[in-house]
Amino acid sequence: MSELSKDQFKIIGYKEENINKIERPTISYWQDAWRRLKKNPIAMMSIVVLGLLVVLIIVGPYIQNYDYITMNVAKKNQGPTGANWFGTDNLGRDLFARTWVGARASILIAILATGIKLLFGVAYGAAMAHFGGWVDELLMRIIEVINSIPSLLLTILIMMVLGNSFPALLVALSITSWCNTARQVRGMIKQLRESEYIYAAEVLGAGPLRIIFKHYIPNMIGILILDASTAIPSFIFTEAGLSFLGIGLKSPDISLGVLISLGQQSMDFYPYQLLFPCLILCVIVMAFNLLGDGLRDALDPKLRR
Amino acid sequence: MESEKRQIDTSVLRVEDLRVSYHTYAGEVQAVRGVSFHVDKGEALAIVGESGCGKSVTAKSVMGLIKPPQGEVKKGSAIYFQEENILNYNKQQWQQYKGGKCSIIFQDALAALNPTMRIGKQIMENLQIHKRMSKKQAAAEAVEMLRRVGIPEPEKRARQYPFELSGGMRQRVMIAIAFACDPPLLICDEPTTALDVTIQGQILDIIKDLQKEKNTSVVMITHDLGVVANIAQRIAVMYCGMIVETGLAEDIFYRPKHPYTWALIRSVPRLDLENKQELATIPGTPPDLLSPPKGCPFSTRCTFCMPVCLERMPEQTPFEEGHTAACWLHHPIAPETPVPVLKGGAAHEGM
Amino acid sequence: MKECNPILSVKHLKKYYQISRSATLKAVDDVSFDIYPGETLGMVGESGCGKTTCGRTCVGLYGKTDGDVLYNGADVHTLQGSERFRFKREVQMVFQDPYGSLDPRMTVADIIGEGIDIHHLAKNKKERQEKIYHYLEQVGLNQEHASRFIHEFSGGQRQRISIARALVVEPKFIVLDEPISALDVSIQAQIVNLLVDLQKRMGLTYLFVAHDLSMVKHISDRVAVLYLGTLVELTSSAKLYDNPMHPYTQALLSAIPIPDPNVERERESQKIKLQCEVPSPINTKPGCRFQGRCQYAMPVCREKMPGLVDTGDSHFVACHLCSGEKKV
Repeated sequence: MSELSKDQFKIIGYKEENINKIERPTISYWQDAWRRLKKNPIAMMSIVVLGLLVVLIIVGPYIQNYDYITMNVAKKNQGPTGANWFGTDNLGRDLFARTWVGARASILIAILATGIKLLFGVAYGAAMAHFGGWVDELLMRIIEVINSIPSLLLTILIMMVLGNSFPALLVALSITSWCNTARQVRGMIKQLRESEYIYAAEVLGAGPLRIIFKHYIPNMIGILILDASTAIPSFIFTEAGLSFLGIGLKSPDISLGVLISLGQQSMDFYPYQLLFPCLILCVIVMAFNLLGDGLRDALDPKLRR
Repeated sequence: MESEKRQIDTSVLRVEDLRVSYHTYAGEVQAVRGVSFHVDKGEALAIVGESGCGKSVTAKSVMGLIKPPQGEVKKGSAIYFQEENILNYNKQQWQQYKGGKCSIIFQDALAALNPTMRIGKQIMENLQIHKRMSKKQAAAEAVEMLRRVGIPEPEKRARQYPFELSGGMRQRVMIAIAFACDPPLLICDEPTTALDVTIQGQILDIIKDLQKEKNTSVVMITHDLGVVANIAQRIAVMYCGMIVETGLAEDIFYRPKHPYTWALIRSVPRLDLENKQELATIPGTPPDLLSPPKGCPFSTRCTFCMPVCLERMPEQTPFEEGHTAACWLHHPIAPETPVPVLKGGAAHEGM
Repeated sequence: MKECNPILSVKHLKKYYQISRSATLKAVDDVSFDIYPGETLGMVGESGCGKTTCGRTCVGLYGKTDGDVLYNGADVHTLQGSERFRFKREVQMVFQDPYGSLDPRMTVADIIGEGIDIHHLAKNKKERQEKIYHYLEQVGLNQEHASRFIHEFSGGQRQRISIARALVVEPKFIVLDEPISALDVSIQAQIVNLLVDLQKRMGLTYLFVAHDLSMVKHISDRVAVLYLGTLVELTSSAKLYDNPMHPYTQALLSAIPIPDPNVERERESQKIKLQCEVPSPINTKPGCRFQGRCQYAMPVCREKMPGLVDTGDSHFVACHLCSGEKKV
């Protein structure tokens, strides 16, 4: 302990500039969420894997210059070789190219279906929250009716009526999925509406459009992203299941489900024909799920700091 | 030496150099940084401070509610309850201690009570565990406790659930549960902050009555100086994780020695004072506990800050009757400063 | 002061909520008062007294069930078009919760700038920026705070931002709905000093709603005491403290602890201790709302609701006991 000198005891008071200074750099909600996400190794891994998958989906079929239709009967049912990395199927078609084209179709369907689900769900939920009263009650009852029908049954019926095409599958997948989104959006808007900052905007004279676009939507994007991140893998899985059962897409259309279905038929003799599509399906779904978990943690405001 | 010995003989609770940190996403938050105080038998000590000063964390430490790994009570801290260091308790000793020897009343009664259990049963649970009463005895005693805390129709109320009662009633139930086992020590963590002022008076009266009746020591955590004036014999003022001043209630209110205490007392408007007079304020906000200042925690906002305050932590300067303040202004070398003497009934402009 | 017209005039305001077919919650039940330009009217009461509902109804956030709220003579709830727009500018509000009353996704500049954008108060970006900086400094913050997000600020600083948001549209009348209840004691003092200072400089009129009578008395010229949706006493702050007439006001004043141990000890014996709990505002009984807890309750109190009567020198009380000859 060094000696204390007299001039250390001169009164200097506090510094005015230090009073309201904020030490840390400014950080927005999204920057903060991204920072949290970066700290999650599993989520970052999933992003890398998904990135890789997207690249492969786009360029995969072109890497070896095989297209997914050409049959080469001489080369049928060959295991993975240097020429065909995933081997060939019973008609001599290159499985590597087919797998990626199939994945492309699966993911495309999933994304489109998610888009429909979100758009319709948001509009429906917003209508319920906005009008309230008997409109809300009526729309809610409709959702409950839809929910009480087993979704698989409904999907099968629709496919049977509309046929095994891409658009039909899209309709079948999204016909019941929007209910959850609508309910979430309704709850979110009802909650936001009571927030004091919405009241403050009303007192300032903000019209409904301004409130919707400047206040509601930015505050809802978080849950919509989460909704999408769980919906996409779910749709991929469902489509695979439907196509596997023969209710979804059918050959010559390709998707992962179709490939799995075909692979299953020659499972005993040529297991690799089943293995590769399954593997890719699992990797995609797992990557999305893990990313979804990471996003949930990153976007949850309660976990801030 | 003699008074210290006396302290050790009569104190129910003695906290020495308590240090508690929370490990968060952003780093280590030093919530409590070296807090020492004692509570004698039958007396009420108020720990006053603003939000973030560490008073709730101190209360939780005494109650054993700091959960690792996020919360950490640092080595070198000691909490002596009736001469035993509770930080060294094993599981069985903790069970006996919590609720039996030391009880706590929280601010939010609704969150602290079990929503699925009837009121009477919650009191009985405590009695059965700590006083080993039979079910029948405990039931009768529970009803008696409810009557004692002023709940009308106690037999009927004992069969109700917490959500059926109003805020004030729930707080009384918490008091009943806390006092049921005649604990020598009661901790109250802002028990009246969420209540209306007319109910607040009733609750404070109940606590005071039961305190006198059972000779319980009370540690009252609050930010409301009015509540402190009503109930406390001794006061400890906390700021930024440390106790800056301790003393008898009269000493703290009328002869405070620390600039923070001066400012705090003069920033509270009193009913019996002039209208629209400018209130004394403390400019700025308390420092971040993630990186607290090296020297005195109040240095960044103190009108009397000196260079030594920024560099070194002040020591506790003792005054009469156990009154201590941690401030460099009381060092022999420090310049003479006009210390405001706040007489009872009116505040003088001294600063 | 009474010669000029009131800036806000509330006449027999009623706001009821129909909870179910048989239960009506009378949040505000026949409340009348006037606020004059330049003054601060404090509105005080405990939970369930309807002060927040009253404040929000006056601003037009809530609809009314009956009665009138007149701003400069015009009925607030039937304003249309440009008059309504002007009302939205001249009457502003500061809310209680510093953590909920600011949009977490917006920067401080956007929050304060919203008023400028809505009312087209700036011709270009530069002017908008300057206005934002000006009002930030008026409330004691710095320019560099404008680009930050609200989660980086403390409670007291957020309330300053709320105040800046209200000020930027240059209002004449501000309703302050418990603006300091969620803040620490020393920060409360900062905000109150700021509000008093702004009022002097900008000629504002305040309706200050709070439950802390000490702070309300300190900042207000006149105080209105509410109990369970009814106005029980309305007078100047000094008179309210020196001569409270309504039994509830007396009980309230005596219950408030004064931060002074000797004074508290002396008052202990004189304190009016109200027994029982605050009754529910749903399906209230006829007569005075305070009958169940009042030590002076008379038979007439259980039958007829007392009207607000001037007992002399603008000291209004709603009490059968007080409006009679007998003074409490």
